[in-house]
Amino acid sequence: MTPILIRGARVIDPSRSSDGVADLLVEEGRIAGVGSNIVPPEGARVIEGAGKVISPGLIDLHVHLREPGQEELETVATGAMAAAAGGFTAVCAMPNTDPVTDNQAAVGFIVRQASLAGKARVYPIGSVTLGQRGEQLSEFGELVAAGAVAVSDDGRPIMSSHMMRTALEYARTFGIPVADHCEDMTLAHGGSMHEGVVSTRLGLKGIPSAAEEIHVARDCILAELTGGHIHLCHMSTRGSVELIRRAKEKGLKVTAEATPHHFTLTHDRCAHYDTNAKMNPPLREAADRDAIREGLRDGTIDVIASDHAPHHYDAKEREFDQAPNGITGLETALGLAIRELVAPGLLTLPELLARMSTWPARVFNLPGGTLAVGAPADLVLLDPDVRWMVSPEQMFSKSRNSPFLGEELVGRALLTLVDGRVVFELGG
Amino acid sequence: MTAAPSLGKDLITLEELSADQIRLILDTAEPFKEVSERPIKKTPALRGKTIVNLFFEDSTRTRISFEFAEKRLSADTVSISSSGSSVSKGETLVDTARNLEAMRIDMVVIRHPNSGAARFLADRIRSNVVNAGDGKHEHPTQGLLDILTLRDHFGRIEGLKLCIVGDVLHSRVARSNIWGLRKLGAEVAVCGPKTLLPRGIEELGVTVFPRIEDAIQWADALNVLRLQLERMQSGFIPSLREYNRVFGVSRERLARAPGEIMVLHPGPMNRGVEIDSDVADGPHSLILKQVTNGVAVRMAVLYLLAGGAPDWRVPAGDER
Repeated sequence: MTPILIRGARVIDPSRSSDGVADLLVEEGRIAGVGSNIVPPEGARVIEGAGKVISPGLIDLHVHLREPGQEELETVATGAMAAAAGGFTAVCAMPNTDPVTDNQAAVGFIVRQASLAGKARVYPIGSVTLGQRGEQLSEFGELVAAGAVAVSDDGRPIMSSHMMRTALEYARTFGIPVADHCEDMTLAHGGSMHEGVVSTRLGLKGIPSAAEEIHVARDCILAELTGGHIHLCHMSTRGSVELIRRAKEKGLKVTAEATPHHFTLTHDRCAHYDTNAKMNPPLREAADRDAIREGLRDGTIDVIASDHAPHHYDAKEREFDQAPNGITGLETALGLAIRELVAPGLLTLPELLARMSTWPARVFNLPGGTLAVGAPADLVLLDPDVRWMVSPEQMFSKSRNSPFLGEELVGRALLTLVDGRVVFELGG
Repeated sequence: MTAAPSLGKDLITLEELSADQIRLILDTAEPFKEVSERPIKKTPALRGKTIVNLFFEDSTRTRISFEFAEKRLSADTVSISSSGSSVSKGETLVDTARNLEAMRIDMVVIRHPNSGAARFLADRIRSNVVNAGDGKHEHPTQGLLDILTLRDHFGRIEGLKLCIVGDVLHSRVARSNIWGLRKLGAEVAVCGPKTLLPRGIEELGVTVFPRIEDAIQWADALNVLRLQLERMQSGFIPSLREYNRVFGVSRERLARAPGEIMVLHPGPMNRGVEIDSDVADGPHSLILKQVTNGVAVRMAVLYLLAGGAPDWRVPAGDER
């Protein structure tokens, strides 16, 4: 394997709170050295990093890769490539595939597909219940043994509080979090966007913020009851942020994520029935978006996750009520986060990179998120200042359902390494 | 008439029309009223134009009103309903649209159960599109005929106080009334059980009356919405009986109005639920006038969208 020396870049390693200009050497798949004036070994590729940033590879705790079952939308391979292009070296794949990832063979399949693809690492998330039907627990022990890093019924919220309690208790045996899509579906009642003045204007059935907050509150209470680790997915309301803040003050094992679209857009984006602004949880009000930003700033919300959800053009090219929820996100997450959070001064670049690499690794207890010498060389060289246009032709995901097409983002991955191998190189 | 506002390609909402555009339609409807009073109810204004009435949802009044409007303008028309068409075979709206386009039609009148469907269609075909009701969004020609009926009766819209009573949450008529009337300077209120009033409705510039008695004290006219039976089954109200007792528009309640108060209803009525028969058939009612005006308003809309000049004068009706 060719050694790689990146010279003179700003090396940011949130795992050791270090930030400074240095050379970084990758050899034998590992980080072999970080320091000044490193001499390139024989045959090494030397990359000039001046003005660029080296970060631990980004880690996304929440993606939908659609394989098995909907390979026309995305596969493990195309999703892992899209991840690498977005600067991610590892992603966690939600289990709402077809069939559902509720057994060791299904977990093993995803691990194998990822290894064949050889791009970003893919860690499967197993389902909480068999078939995500909310009735009977999946075999967590076998899921974990096969490679699952968490359990979730994302997409099919767990309505039974008893089932959630049981899952949190049982998951403690294996030290894995239960990741919950918080939605009281009896209250959401078939709504297709946030309930507010825009839904009133458009005549679309709304989903009140309370539908999310009721389950956030329930989950926090159950985390206290069980001592289990609840991870709250894609938080979207100011009320949720407040509930999480309180739970953390009590010292509960509660972690939370927010998506780039929820810290960027509001329900106004739905004003023309744009189905690429349809997702669940829905885009909410400016005050909610601002609370999510504040939650990320003060650490109430631990990490940024994309909720990458590919859909076919035909499925989105229809009546708003009838279109599926979700947007792609792997290739726009970093550029949005820098534009929306770093540029206005909410987070410093090291703080942002922590919330996209080191902290996600800690939340799901994953390897990575560090540039420590000796660690596997999962890292990204990025240009934090470059302005670039999101264009569908340049995307690696099989799907193009993004509300950010044609927008200018700030900051982009130039080179992504996994185990010291180049898995993405911009223009390469 | 060089500076007269045009309607553009489509009529999808009253929200996006200006006050001048709304007045243009109302004024254009005036001479069309007379066409329907003739022995030979026909004018050649749209001769040679083809119009498709695309009804993805059941409708009697609106569909027939559009069909009469089209026929009285001498257009060639076809009506399609969702059952018995390719739609029931799973064709998407966008494919239906493209097929219509390929047949070189001039206009589409669309009624659809999903909010936004009319805009969706209009953005994808070159033909003019008229929204005949999309989900819970808007029903602009109903709003226009309500406004025309009020203007006929009161002689003005500015300063008029209209209260919409009932299931505002599920009503496209309510939204078109709110936008249209407010643009012309009327005051608009809504009244109904809180379960049937949408969140944030005040932000559209309307007053909310929790009790019908207070609405009657305030209003010059009530627009009483149809209460669908399903609303009871899905838990929005306990029973139709109770709805009638608390929100029903009755003669006794209207008698307490400080002055004249008139009643509109977009139909079809549930007599004895949202409106009592002696109101519907009594001196307060403008309901049949609405139906008559519906044809004239739709003639005006179709005529203007087809590029007709606003200063059109009705030629003699028997020139054919």
